Amino acid sequence: MTAGEVIAFRSAGKVFPDGTEAVRDISFELRAGEFLSIVGPSGCGKSTLLRMASGLGPATSGEVARKVENIGSVFQDATLLPWRTVRQNVELLAELEGAAPTERARLATEAIRLVGLDGFESHHPKALSGGMRMRTSVARALTMKPPLFLLDEPFGALDEITRGTLNEELMRLFVSERFAAIFITHSIAEAVYLSSRVLVLSPRPGRIVAEIEIPFAYPRSPELRFDPEFARLSSEVSHALRETYA
Amino acid sequence: MSRRLARVVLPPLVALGLFVGLAYLVSYVFLSPSRRFLLPPPHDVVAHSFFRGANLHEQLNATWDTAKVSIAGIVIAFVIGATIAIVMSQAKWIERALYPYAVIVQVTPILAIVPLIALWFGYNFTARVVVCVLISIFPIITNTLFGLLRVDPNLHDLFTLHRASRFERLVKLQLPHAIPDIFVGLRIAAGLSVIGAIVGEFFFRQGTPGLGRLLDQYRAFLETDLLMGALFWACFLGIVSFAAVGFVGRRLTRNWYEEGR
Repeated sequence: MTAGEVIAFRSAGKVFPDGTEAVRDISFELRAGEFLSIVGPSGCGKSTLLRMASGLGPATSGEVARKVENIGSVFQDATLLPWRTVRQNVELLAELEGAAPTERARLATEAIRLVGLDGFESHHPKALSGGMRMRTSVARALTMKPPLFLLDEPFGALDEITRGTLNEELMRLFVSERFAAIFITHSIAEAVYLSSRVLVLSPRPGRIVAEIEIPFAYPRSPELRFDPEFARLSSEVSHALRETYA
Repeated sequence: MSRRLARVVLPPLVALGLFVGLAYLVSYVFLSPSRRFLLPPPHDVVAHSFFRGANLHEQLNATWDTAKVSIAGIVIAFVIGATIAIVMSQAKWIERALYPYAVIVQVTPILAIVPLIALWFGYNFTARVVVCVLISIFPIITNTLFGLLRVDPNLHDLFTLHRASRFERLVKLQLPHAIPDIFVGLRIAAGLSVIGAIVGEFFFRQGTPGLGRLLDQYRAFLETDLLMGALFWACFLGIVSFAAVGFVGRRLTRNWYEEGR
């Protein structure tokens, strides 16, 4: 392992017990401060890849070497506990990890402030919009200060405007908290805007068909989306994606 | 508000009026005076059952006795049923091992096990409560189990990633998640428990009378007007149990539960 490496896939593959091969021969490394997006057609094993990364669904061939235990997970749905308030939801992970109540409260207050949910601590998820639920989910993951974030299409279910706002907030968090991230998305623009690198997967079994560096410096402004270079990189990702169908 | 009231309250009132009218029609037109006891006119039912002190007192006492049996029944059915569901939720093989027997308890006609219950538990309060438990436990088991097992797999993953123990998973994730489903089961069970109490009173005749025995007694003396009064209290008890459980369930979950999710 090289310095700063958080996780590495080495020819990792996954075959389910029923014989379905989900992903094949995946190799990449991720270092602290890197933001890696994975795009690919539906059913190409993107979520399987995340489960291999978290250890919830281990690789059946090759190796996934993870240097950190502490992982922040954000799912497509906010996956909050509806009977808990925002604050109680954000405190959940620290609670499961056995942190003292005062410590839990401190971590939660900080995370809630980071995602801009001050004032909504005592609301139940039922009373929140989709975007605010997702912020709560991100705050929950932030409490444990994970060096590695795994995000499984977190903004896929949100409307375009909310999605844009949350992209910028995630960017801001990434810059200030300096974690490494694996981000799964269907949106090429989202991938290029947020990432330092984009991996394009083929249809099942998912293999890496392109690896595209996105060299823009962080923090990036929303206007970057109108930069000609941004357009060029987006079309490069788009081409690679289209070729996977050929 | 008044329009809503009119929409909700008026139709059943109209239907009630029609039923009462039909009862009068049958009682006075189709039945000869000597056979009128088969369907006494509604005002006789009301007057004899609810406006004669001794009768009203007898019926209210019986209703209260029946209520005690059915409440004891549902509380015990809840404790045992929820416990069984929790045990079943812990491993697929336990669920497979126990489920067939839960179904057997459900499908066995209650009257068929009455003799056995009598032999084991006597002819008293205990035996009546046992009938209530047997008749009402199945919906509690199945609905609780459903709620415990239907938790979002992503939430299970989250608990796994943060090394939650089996107990934490149960107490912090599965049980709260199951509360709305538990109350669905309890609401069905509440109505069944009242039925169980009355059936029990029919057969286990020691101790307090209860509505079941009163109904049987009125039948024996052909006191149809009083029989119908007692029937009213039986319905009343069923409705109140159903509504009370529903009310408690909504109070517990109204802050967070989203119907249809």
